Amino acid sequence: MHVNSRRLLMDRSVPDRIGTTLLTCDVPIQPLPNNEIMRKDFDFPEVSEGEIVRYFSQLSQMNFSIDTNFYPLGSCTMKYNPKLNDEISSNPGFANLHPLQPESTVQGALKLLFELQEYLMEITGMAGISLAPMAGADGELAGMLMARSFLLDNGGEKRKTVLIPDSAHGTNPASAVMAGFKVVTLPSDSNGNTDLMALKELANDELAGLMITLPSTLGLFDSNILEVIQIVRDAGGVVYGDGANLNALLGKVKLGEIGFDVMHSNLHKTFTQPHGGGGPGAGPVIVGPRLKPYLPAPIVISTTEENSTTYSFHSPQNSIGKLGAFHGNFGALVRAYAYIATLGDSLGQVTTDAVINANYIKSKLSDAFDLPYDRNCMHEVVLSAKTLKKDYGISALDICKRLIDYGIHPPTMYFPLIVEEALMIEPTETESKETLDDFIEVMLKIALEAKESPDLLHDAPHDTPNSRLDEARAARQPFLRWKRSD
Amino acid sequence: MHHPDFVSPYIPNTESDRQSMLSEIGVSDLNELFSDIPEQYRNPTLNLPRPKSEFELMSYINQLVSMNKVPGDYSCFLGAGSYRHYIPAVVRSLTSRGEYVTSYTPYQPEVSQGTLQTEFEFQTLCAQLTGMEVANAGMYDGSTSFAEGALMAARITKRNNIVILDSVSPSYIEVLETYTNALEGINIEILSLDELANIDEDTACILVQQPNFFGYLEDMQKISEIAHSNGSLFVVYADPFSMTIFEPPGSFGADVVVAEAQSMGVAPIFGGPYVGIFACKQEHIRQMPGRIVGKTIDQDGRDAYVLTLQTREQHIRRERATSNICTSVALIALMTTIFMASNGKKGMKHIGEVIYHKAHYLSSLISDLPGFTLPLEGTFFQEFVIQCPIDPKVINEKLLDYKIIGGLDISKSIHNGMLVCASELNSIDEIHGFVAALKEITLNLIGEK
Repeated sequence: MHVNSRRLLMDRSVPDRIGTTLLTCDVPIQPLPNNEIMRKDFDFPEVSEGEIVRYFSQLSQMNFSIDTNFYPLGSCTMKYNPKLNDEISSNPGFANLHPLQPESTVQGALKLLFELQEYLMEITGMAGISLAPMAGADGELAGMLMARSFLLDNGGEKRKTVLIPDSAHGTNPASAVMAGFKVVTLPSDSNGNTDLMALKELANDELAGLMITLPSTLGLFDSNILEVIQIVRDAGGVVYGDGANLNALLGKVKLGEIGFDVMHSNLHKTFTQPHGGGGPGAGPVIVGPRLKPYLPAPIVISTTEENSTTYSFHSPQNSIGKLGAFHGNFGALVRAYAYIATLGDSLGQVTTDAVINANYIKSKLSDAFDLPYDRNCMHEVVLSAKTLKKDYGISALDICKRLIDYGIHPPTMYFPLIVEEALMIEPTETESKETLDDFIEVMLKIALEAKESPDLLHDAPHDTPNSRLDEARAARQPFLRWKRSD
Repeated sequence: MHHPDFVSPYIPNTESDRQSMLSEIGVSDLNELFSDIPEQYRNPTLNLPRPKSEFELMSYINQLVSMNKVPGDYSCFLGAGSYRHYIPAVVRSLTSRGEYVTSYTPYQPEVSQGTLQTEFEFQTLCAQLTGMEVANAGMYDGSTSFAEGALMAARITKRNNIVILDSVSPSYIEVLETYTNALEGINIEILSLDELANIDEDTACILVQQPNFFGYLEDMQKISEIAHSNGSLFVVYADPFSMTIFEPPGSFGADVVVAEAQSMGVAPIFGGPYVGIFACKQEHIRQMPGRIVGKTIDQDGRDAYVLTLQTREQHIRRERATSNICTSVALIALMTTIFMASNGKKGMKHIGEVIYHKAHYLSSLISDLPGFTLPLEGTFFQEFVIQCPIDPKVINEKLLDYKIIGGLDISKSIHNGMLVCASELNSIDEIHGFVAALKEITLNLIGEK
């Protein structure tokens, strides 16, 4: 930790410093408008280039990242992000393309998008796709708007209720509401599957559909899934699949084949678009035949005439419309394309190893920690610190903060909400057995520390730039930007 | 499919690792781990191409790239929401650091101070640029910031009519329509400046683009007064560099200012990823969408940064959240932060001025061409509308022969209209080349008639 690394840009600012060269103006100076509309006060930092580089380099070192740390953050799929993909995505022949160029001048970019559409439909067994959504939640919104249009076109004006399992990500209910639906929470049964009795009771003529994550955020593949889908479809509802956990399904099952109408895929999880400290992502929405006419614009289509194929953007017949100013997060789509092309039809190995790794951790840690659902997990395992909490006052939070002392990023904690003191661990396939063994050893050691020296956990982390934060203060007295101190 | 020679460089497990782990797990056959998947659907064929080596893939990508006509090789006069500007080397260099690129959303603040502090810097710079009190950590892009700004105004005023000035970009209006189609009661009205007098007690806000879609400045003072005297909010979509030389919306009492930040250090990259700015008055922060970073202290009293006001957000509030958004496009926001910091007070203003000079120089040359006029009056910034003597689509096709990508064909809005943009990347030679080509093409084509 460096003494001055916390000083903000405005406090580093010294008049007449600059961090880059000024551009030359090679055209005759033109008269500026009258003074009245010209900006008078413009408070902005003045810092030299070397100072900027050192400041942002020092700040970066305060982050844990996949490149530097094991990062078993459940449901986030923090796998290694190939450098090759970054290089391809920043190729000037892609990076410099303006989104409004004539289609004849961007055939290479359109061909790549078309091929990615084909790949993702093949991986998911679906019939249509739009790459436009800019994030998972954006894909959810698109999917639910499509469901709404489909229902309205088929006499479903009364269908307003969307069922969402109690283990779902918060984006699901928020997206359903933005698409004009009301949300009813669907309970899980004691095995972590959908509660079929509850589902049957709710499957009435007001049912719009079900949003379900498969495998669930408990890391479990709902073994009743075919029945669940049947009940919803028989009642006239649409089945939405949250593809956040698609890393557990590659080459193992295709959601389109088992009856899902629509899903999104978080390319920043399964297909290695880097998370970037919280975006950008991409969340293509992928559909079965029923919802295909409603896809958001644009989609890429191909036309072949006399052995020559051209690619163009197209707005589907009953499209729900545009989701953003242009055509989606092309840079992220290129990375996903490069990843799929590198692994090709061996993609299923990803899931095989992701699932082996998660089950290996489960089998090694299920004695020291509580295991709420004792069955094979998929790509992640949810443990609980319930007993450690009861016996020694050690919470999931304490365990997470102590992991930091060992250089490991904490797992997802207190989620899913239905598991007390939850620790949701997703190792991914890109970690070696040695890394998993080290993690297991640390977790067992922490479980021992919980009994023998609990203060070590309560006071953790010890070596980070900051100890635990006063989060309540941040919310009570919102301080959201630099201000000149008097 | 199994390719005996292919080993994924991204998977360290060997066959022997797998066997030993399966035996620790206590299963004899891999399929047992997948037994919850209905058997008839298990292990489908993936009909994908065989794996490509890094070299093979690079060669294929180069082949795809060669099918594009790329600005840089071509001179380009497109704008309309995506702008080409020089990106200093420090931006790429710093934002390529793995600690930024491969970290997650900073939910564990003790190991995410790097991301959090840079987001606080982004919020500060956005607030200063727009002249507003606060800004959030970023939205998907300018168009979704625009839509969310309208929804926030409806929440704050508890009114249902969203009024948009008719000079706003059609594509932002389309995005807003997508966002509001399913929301009962919310209406959109598109009005001209003269028709703004007709707003009523159910008008939540007036949305304006500054400069407008056609490149010209709107009368901010006047529209702000119309909105506020009616108890409506004044929501402005503003261009970043225009705010370095012209008074920003905050100076005219704007309640919400949104912007597309791409022009500040982010490549056009065929439309995304970009990042949207979302700024507002302090009094409205609890109605804001998106992620917000706040300053606080740690247990030892040291300054620290943390995600705050999270009870607005979907992961806490679920169906009652202010928005479903779950990203702040942090890495792109970081690019713009470093760009703004590097150019700083002098550089940002200087870029604004150079753009202004370039665009006005170009417009003066085009308006002297036979058959071309500037149909709109007023003050423009970086882009402007020209009325061509013939269909702009035809001109744009011919321009490609001169290695020029022309302006945007807006003949749907303005007869034979083309929206032309210039930036510092258009050298004086490019500008002269463009003007000469326009002259030659139109003379030839008019001659043919």
